[in-house]
Amino acid sequence: MKVSMRGICKAFGPVRVLENVDFTLHGGEIHALMGENGAGKSTLMKILSGVYQPDSGSVEVDGKAVAIRTTRDAEAAGIAIIHQELNLIPQLSVMENLFLGREPSRFGVIQRAAMRQQARAQLDALGASQIDVEAEAGSLSIGQQQMVEIAKALAMDARVLIMDEPTAALSAREIDTLFALMRGLQARGVAIVYVSHRMEEIFHICDKISVLRDGCFVGERVIADTGFDEVVKLMVGREIGDRFPGRDVVPGAVRLAVRGLSDGRHIDGISFEARAGEVLGIAGLMGAGRSEILKTLFGVNRRTAGEVWLDGAPLDLRSPAAAIAAGLAFVTEDRKSQGLVLGMSVRENATLVHLDSYARLGVVNGAAEQAAVAQQISQLRIRTRDAELDVKSLSGGNQQKVVFAKWLAKPPKVLLLDEPTRGVDVGGKAEIYHIINQLAAAGVAIVMVSSELPEVMAMSNRILVLHEGRQTALFDAANLSQEDIMAAATGTAGHDTRTTQD
Amino acid sequence: MTAQQKATLQKLGPFIALLVVSGALAIMSPDFLTVGNLMNVMRQVSINALIAFGMTLVILLGGIDLSVGSILALSSVCIALMIQSGLDPVLATLLGIAAGAGMGFANGWIISKGKVAPFIATLASMTILRGLSLVFSGGSPITGLDSDFFQMLGGGYVAGLVPVPVVWMLLMFAGFWFLLKQTVFGRHVYATGGNEEASRLSGVKVDRIKIWVYTVSGAMSAMAGVVLTSRLNSAQPTAGTGYELDAIAAVVLGGTSLTGGRGWIFGTLMGALLIGVLNNGLNLLGVSSFYQQVIKGAVILLAVLLDRAGKK
Repeated sequence: MKVSMRGICKAFGPVRVLENVDFTLHGGEIHALMGENGAGKSTLMKILSGVYQPDSGSVEVDGKAVAIRTTRDAEAAGIAIIHQELNLIPQLSVMENLFLGREPSRFGVIQRAAMRQQARAQLDALGASQIDVEAEAGSLSIGQQQMVEIAKALAMDARVLIMDEPTAALSAREIDTLFALMRGLQARGVAIVYVSHRMEEIFHICDKISVLRDGCFVGERVIADTGFDEVVKLMVGREIGDRFPGRDVVPGAVRLAVRGLSDGRHIDGISFEARAGEVLGIAGLMGAGRSEILKTLFGVNRRTAGEVWLDGAPLDLRSPAAAIAAGLAFVTEDRKSQGLVLGMSVRENATLVHLDSYARLGVVNGAAEQAAVAQQISQLRIRTRDAELDVKSLSGGNQQKVVFAKWLAKPPKVLLLDEPTRGVDVGGKAEIYHIINQLAAAGVAIVMVSSELPEVMAMSNRILVLHEGRQTALFDAANLSQEDIMAAATGTAGHDTRTTQD
Repeated sequence: MTAQQKATLQKLGPFIALLVVSGALAIMSPDFLTVGNLMNVMRQVSINALIAFGMTLVILLGGIDLSVGSILALSSVCIALMIQSGLDPVLATLLGIAAGAGMGFANGWIISKGKVAPFIATLASMTILRGLSLVFSGGSPITGLDSDFFQMLGGGYVAGLVPVPVVWMLLMFAGFWFLLKQTVFGRHVYATGGNEEASRLSGVKVDRIKIWVYTVSGAMSAMAGVVLTSRLNSAQPTAGTGYELDAIAAVVLGGTSLTGGRGWIFGTLMGALLIGVLNNGLNLLGVSSFYQQVIKGAVILLAVLLDRAGKK
């Protein structure tokens, strides 16, 4: 089985998103689709799955042209997509979700027994026998929900499965399960398109890679014959230099001191210090309580025990407003729901935290505000035509820089970073690392949570590892291996088998 | 047409609609386009506009205030009782507006600290406050407010031409424009309505903003109550019934999004004027009041559908 997309063009108004793109997919292969944000990956996959119509170009399945005008047409052609934001209805049960829109029924009455039986069989076939078909979908873990979505796609006889950033919200263990499942599907002849920014995973699981840049197809490579540097060069069209820029800062005095911090639910007895000019990494599996440490420090979650000092003085942990007043800044994990007000402009977002600095008696000095924003746009190299554009029109990397801008309008004493490069492309990541290094050099103490081990290891001076809410290790980052971290994160030294190839 | 021009046209939609409707009425009825009639329209609009200004802030937050009509009635009853009992009318008026603000504060406190959905909280206070205005007034109108000052607030004219309520409306319009456009408070209202979680994490005191906004809405309703009571020279415990719907209609006609975060006060003024002009024009044309409701509803629906289509 073979799917070919030929000469695909697509424009939204005056913006040409795809220009004459070819993409070929064979049964039984796991094919990575890469490119920077805005390169056109999502648009191409939405065309393949019937969400958008191409302006020109054709799609062929096994040599025969097929017209994919709706998602139904795509399903009929055996093409299914698993979106990054999962599409289950949380209030319905697993089996109701599996059969949504095609419930087994007689005279309009649902045949629950038949439905339960078929749902069970489908999940068992995927090795997901631990999922209860009667459970509410919303009560499942993200990894399990993804399994249900995959089962749903396969139940419709999908022969092409498109997965958009499937591992973004998964723990290491869930990723292992997912990869095992993908290999099983591959053996059955299913073609998988794997869209991701995670280089290590792509080199681990995929057979081929196709790269898009600025809406054009720039090349296809067999994974075994290529390397990290070549792929990055294809994506950005230039050498980006070091993936992780070096930092030459000797940590100074202790800025943030944490003793026995607990929130009564997610974290228990956390103790560490972060020095001026130091990046303290926090690693651990999904759900280990990494973000909760930051949220408690920032006054979002309630502290039930423990002491925190900033520059030797006790820190007020009652509210984000108090934390900000004390000199903390917090780049949150989820840019869209916690970081930005998407309906507001770049300017309004960039000045949200420190608007008071440009105001007298509560009245904003528009000229001062605009001047400050213009300076930040050039300093952080935010690519936007105009500070008055809606922030949602920017690419992921530039949106993230706006988040940084809003916190850096006044230099913080301590910067809390939660997944600072999630959903940011390679070029944008490097720029964010530069910003982090500059802040460290300026004496800011930085606490960084990240799921990407290479990032934590390269950027941190020391790494705190969590397992189920407790800290199991505090490593010096020099001469540390990923295995050391994973052993501490799983709480069982030497047990974890997940490896990544660089 | 560039995207920016389109956005501007979109924003000016309510203004254009007002011009079109006014133009049509001017052609159909010779009495419409006279200074006297236009002042009359503005005066009729002023009560709804005052309430709708406060409602704009509430809706920008993504909330709703169903209790405005009841706040209007209860503060009106309070003022009338105070004047009747011999209190200085100026003081009575100020206290009445403060009482309205207090009722709004209670709404805001219940919504932000008690985490009750705005629809439910203000539905409850709408009922409670209506009940209290019936209790305090004994269920009948309070009349005999012998105060020239108080009668001037709703019935007077500035320079013998511009009705005093119209002056209130324009002053408040300017004030709200400034508040939303130029102040930290205004920015925080938009931010909270656009993304409450992100705003809280950015240090915006979200609860405080909410309480203030409902307090302002309460004060504006009470101010509308002052105008109405003064015009009628009596307080009616059942006054203001259904006013929340007119205010919401004005805000929505003005292009403010019911989900919060987007909108402007100019649109609300245009929306209120559009409703007022329609009322007036249909009266002048002798359209039956039964049909007037049908037409008003249809215009609101049409305006919102056009707005939707323009956004695509």
